[in-house]
Amino acid sequence: MQDSGISVLFLGDNFLRLLEGLWVTLRISLISVLLSVPLGGLFGMFMTLKNPISRAVSRIYLETIRIMPQLVLLFIAYFGVTRAFGWNPSAQSSAVVVFTLWGTAEMGDLVRGALGSIPKHQYDSAAALGMDKRQTFGYVIVPQTVQRLLPLTINLTTRMIKTTSLVVLIGMTEVLKVGKQIIDANRFTFPTAALWIYGVIFLLYFLACWPISMLAKSLEKRWR
Amino acid sequence: MGLDFGFMMEYLPWYVDAARLTVKIAFWGILIALATGVVCSMVLYYKIPVLCQAVSVYIEISRNTPLLVQLFFLYFGLPKLGIIWSAEICAIAGLGFLGGSYMAESLRSGLGSVEKTQIEAAAGLGMNPCLIMREVIFPQALAVSIPGVCANVIFLIKETSVVSGIALADLMYVTKDLIGLYYETNEALVMLVLFYLILLLPVSIAAGIMERRLKYAGFGD
Repeated sequence: MQDSGISVLFLGDNFLRLLEGLWVTLRISLISVLLSVPLGGLFGMFMTLKNPISRAVSRIYLETIRIMPQLVLLFIAYFGVTRAFGWNPSAQSSAVVVFTLWGTAEMGDLVRGALGSIPKHQYDSAAALGMDKRQTFGYVIVPQTVQRLLPLTINLTTRMIKTTSLVVLIGMTEVLKVGKQIIDANRFTFPTAALWIYGVIFLLYFLACWPISMLAKSLEKRWR
Repeated sequence: MGLDFGFMMEYLPWYVDAARLTVKIAFWGILIALATGVVCSMVLYYKIPVLCQAVSVYIEISRNTPLLVQLFFLYFGLPKLGIIWSAEICAIAGLGFLGGSYMAESLRSGLGSVEKTQIEAAAGLGMNPCLIMREVIFPQALAVSIPGVCANVIFLIKETSVVSGIALADLMYVTKDLIGLYYETNEALVMLVLFYLILLLPVSIAAGIMERRLKYAGFGD
């Protein structure tokens, strides 16, 4: 009995459908990361401004996004916006908006941290060499910040991929939903399908995230 | 947007029950995560052969998969192997499985930050390895790890929101229920946000205070 379940994967195009389902969430995370990185960069620089108003605004934004579970934000963007404003965003666009807002907050905090970790003597030395503010930023600060940020940004990508698995709970047809459909369709012929399908989904997520984590780790080690 | 406060008061008990469930799952899950984390970080710290590799594999697996997928596997997959757990046990086990690796990483970085001279000095005083760990290394490591551990605690409380995926009546589940039943979306969502704030703000503030106080808990400098 136990070994019969796995063959359901190779029945028809079941495996392909699972991969397509995974791509749905991967695509959302990819778009959100691509949007979050530039926006987060700007937000991070905005956070380092000394102006008390900008500091308060950025602090409130960051803390609001951070304190709420991402699923709550998704619910607000998907169910709440529809009700409050009468818009009907698709689950996918709600998800992209929420994950971009979240990614921007997280990325901004990383950028702020990285900018703050550049020692003051770097600014002083650049000034001593006669560089103006723009040159200092462009040739001295940004290159060093980017190096510190790259592993952290890659880590943010894996967090994004893991978090986008939540979209099934606002009704998107992604890998877990497709898995459930396959299990339900084969309930009588392959009763143990659930074990294999969810096992394979588990593995697929691992295979999607693990190489990225490894890359981040090796970059971190090399640049330390 | 006018809120229907009567409706909110009427369904307040639903949210209180749901919040209780969230707290219960978070509490036991975090406890298991901490215990797992302590054990795993010790194994990694002393580089115990075989176990050390096993722990590394566990950390990679747990950190690179989403909790929701872990829960689906535990709740829907494992019964096919004859392992049938209630949804609550699955949620606690899943949270512990996920959190264990995060805690292990935080604690390990703390353990690694304790200077070798401390250990040598303790050994020079005739302390045995067990005593050194308990009295010298661990307390200092903990002071370094606390911010990370606190961040993990908040992260894990937030992660409990996905247990609605395995049909546990937590805050998300109740909210979805009320939206589906009465279409009182605004009220349900406001209550949801309020309850998460009630749960998370005190923890977040306590973590902040603890972090600030531990800054003074430096050793030897």
